[in-house]
Amino acid sequence: MAEVTQIIHNYLRHDKKFPHVFCPGCGHGIVLGSLIRSVHALGIPKDDVVLVAGIGCSGRIPVYVDFNTVHAVHGRALTMATGIKMANPKLHVIVIMGDGDALSIGGNHFIHAARRNIGLSVLVLNNFIYGMTGGQCSSTTPQGDWSTTTPHGAMEKSFDLVNLTSAAGANHVARGTTFHVKTLDKLMTNTLTKPGFNFLEVLTPCHTQYGRKNKFKNPVEMYKWLKSTAMPLEAYNKLAPEKRGNRIPIGVFQEREETPLEVSYENMRKQLRGA
Amino acid sequence: MIAKRKTPREIFALGAEAVVEGALLAGCSFYGGYPITPSSEIMEAMAARLPKTENGVFIQMEDEIASMGTIIGASMAGRKAMTATSGPGFSLMQELIGYACMTEVPLVIVNVMRGGPSTGLPTSPAQGDVQQARWGTHGDHSIIVLSATDVQDCLQMTVTAFNYAEKYRTPVILLLDEITAHTREKITIPSPNDIEIFSRLQPTMPPEWYKPFEETVRGVPPMPPLGAGYRFHYTGLTHDDHGFPTSKPEEVESAVSRQFRKIDQFFFDIQIVDEHRAEDCEMLVVAFGSVARSAQLAVDQARELGIKAGLLNLKTLFPFPRGAVEKVIGNCKTILVPEMNMGQMSREVKRVNDGRCKVKTLNRIDGHIITPKQILDSLRKG
Repeated sequence: MAEVTQIIHNYLRHDKKFPHVFCPGCGHGIVLGSLIRSVHALGIPKDDVVLVAGIGCSGRIPVYVDFNTVHAVHGRALTMATGIKMANPKLHVIVIMGDGDALSIGGNHFIHAARRNIGLSVLVLNNFIYGMTGGQCSSTTPQGDWSTTTPHGAMEKSFDLVNLTSAAGANHVARGTTFHVKTLDKLMTNTLTKPGFNFLEVLTPCHTQYGRKNKFKNPVEMYKWLKSTAMPLEAYNKLAPEKRGNRIPIGVFQEREETPLEVSYENMRKQLRGA
Repeated sequence: MIAKRKTPREIFALGAEAVVEGALLAGCSFYGGYPITPSSEIMEAMAARLPKTENGVFIQMEDEIASMGTIIGASMAGRKAMTATSGPGFSLMQELIGYACMTEVPLVIVNVMRGGPSTGLPTSPAQGDVQQARWGTHGDHSIIVLSATDVQDCLQMTVTAFNYAEKYRTPVILLLDEITAHTREKITIPSPNDIEIFSRLQPTMPPEWYKPFEETVRGVPPMPPLGAGYRFHYTGLTHDDHGFPTSKPEEVESAVSRQFRKIDQFFFDIQIVDEHRAEDCEMLVVAFGSVARSAQLAVDQARELGIKAGLLNLKTLFPFPRGAVEKVIGNCKTILVPEMNMGQMSREVKRVNDGRCKVKTLNRIDGHIITPKQILDSLRKG
C-alpha cells in the first residue's frame, strides 16, 4: 500500500492544491488513482500527457495532477481535446467528463468525436446526477429517480452510454465501476493504450447529491449497491434476459481496429505532398 | 514539396481568398470551422490548401462552438490557429472567446458579417456585429477587433491579426463585411521575406521557474506548447500566476487588470487608421470596411465641390482608436459616421467626441451597400 501511495504522490500537485474539493464517499479520487497507476504502469512521461476536463466535480480533477492540464468550459472538453490531438498526435490526450458534461450539454461533440474515431482516451464519470451544481437531473439519471429538478421522479429515459458510443463509431468501449477497482485498473490501462476513440464509462457514487435522496443511507450503501448490481459482461450475456433485472454489465463492449482520424489525416497529407 | 516563393506575385482573388493567403503567410497551420454564409469561401480555401502545407491541419467540426474549442486546443498545442464564421455562428462562439481571453490563448476569428439579428439576411452586407465583437462574451475583458477595406487589405489585416494575437496572447477578431469578402480584385501576395511575422514568446527559464501567467514588464507571459516540458494548468476560472484557481481579491484584481493592461499599454502599436484628406477637414467621415471605400470617393467628390471633407478609415475598431479620432476632431465642425447598422460605431465616436462637435449618423440596415452618393448628399447638407 505504501508503495502505491508513493506512486500517486509522485503525480499529484500535493504541495499546491490540497486539500481537495471532493465529498466523503465520492468515487472521483478512485478513478484518478486508477488513472495514475495506469499512466505509471505504462511508463508514459508526464510531459506527454494532456488531461482535459469540462466543468463540474469531474472538471476539478486535472488541477490536482502534475500533467499538462486543461479545465475547459462546460460540455466542450472534447472539442479542445480534438484540437490538441490533431495539432500534436504524439500527445496522450485524456479527457475526463461527468455524465452531464459529456452527454447532456456536450452530447453533440461526444457523438461526433466517437464518429471521427479520433485518438482520445475518454473517461465519463457517471454518477447519474449534476453533483457540483446542486443535484439536478442529468441525461443518465435513472427513470423514476429523485433529483432537485425531478422532485416527482425522473420522467425521461436515460442514455445507455456504451450502446450510444458503440453506435456512434468508437473503436473501444468499456464500462467499469469504482467498487471493482482491479477491473477498473485493467480497463483503464486498455483505455490509455488502444488507438482511436477509446471510451470508458465509470459508475461512481455521488452520495451527497444522488445517494442521500435515493434511499442510500450512506456512501457504503452506494458501494454495496455497485457491488451487487454490476457483473462481468460475459456472465451477464449468459444470463437469460428475464433474469437480468437491473444488473449492469461491466467490461469491454466494443473492440474495432479502424484507423484513427489523426492517422488517416496524416496519410492523406503524405499522399497530397507526394511523400 | 511546394517551394516557397521568393518574389511577390499577383493574383485575382476574393476577399475571402485573400484572408487565406494572409493567414498562410502569417504561419497559420490549423483551421477548425463550420460553414456559414457569407464566410464559407474562407473555409473551402483552407480545406484545399492546408493539407498540402508542411504541417497544416484542417478539420470541419460539428458546429461553431466545437470550431472555437478545437482552435483553442490547437493553439495550446503550439499552432497558429484560425476559424471563420458569420453572425449566428459568431454568437455561438462567444463563451469560448471569453475562455480564450481568460486563458490568454492566441487565436484569429474572422467574422464576415451578415444582416441580423438571428438568421437575418444570409448573404447581404451588414456591419451589425461591432459591439458583439467587443462585448459578446460575458464579463470584463480586453480584446482586439480589426477590419479591412478591400481585398488587398483582407490579406494585410489577416497577417496583422495573427501578429497581434501572438504578440499579446489574445483572441483577435477580424470583422469583415460581405462586400469586402465577396469582392474579387487583383492583389499582390508579398514574398514571405517582405513581411514581419511575430510568433508567441517562448519561455527560456527551466520549467520549475516558469509561471504561465506571470506579471512581466510587457504583461504578456511566454507560452510554451503543451508537451514541451512546462506542465501547468489552464482554466477559465480566475487564476493566480501559476494558473491555479483563486478567489483571493488581491490575486483576482491583479490577474484581470494585467489582462487589460497588456493590451492598453501598447495602444500605439495596435491602433491602425488610414487618413484621407483629413489634415485640414471641417467635415470628417469616420467609417470602416466597405463603407470606408464609398466614403473615400464621396470625400473626393465633396472636395471638388469645395467642401473640406476628410476620411478616417478605422482598421482597428477595438481598442477604439481614440487618439486618432481626437487628433482630427480639433478643426472639425461635423463628424459623419455612415455604417450598415443602427449606430454601433457612432456610439464610440460620440463617446470620444464628448460633445465637442456635431456627430451625424447615416445608417442603412436594408441589406444594401451605403453608396458614395448617399455619403456625399449627407456631406452637402453639412
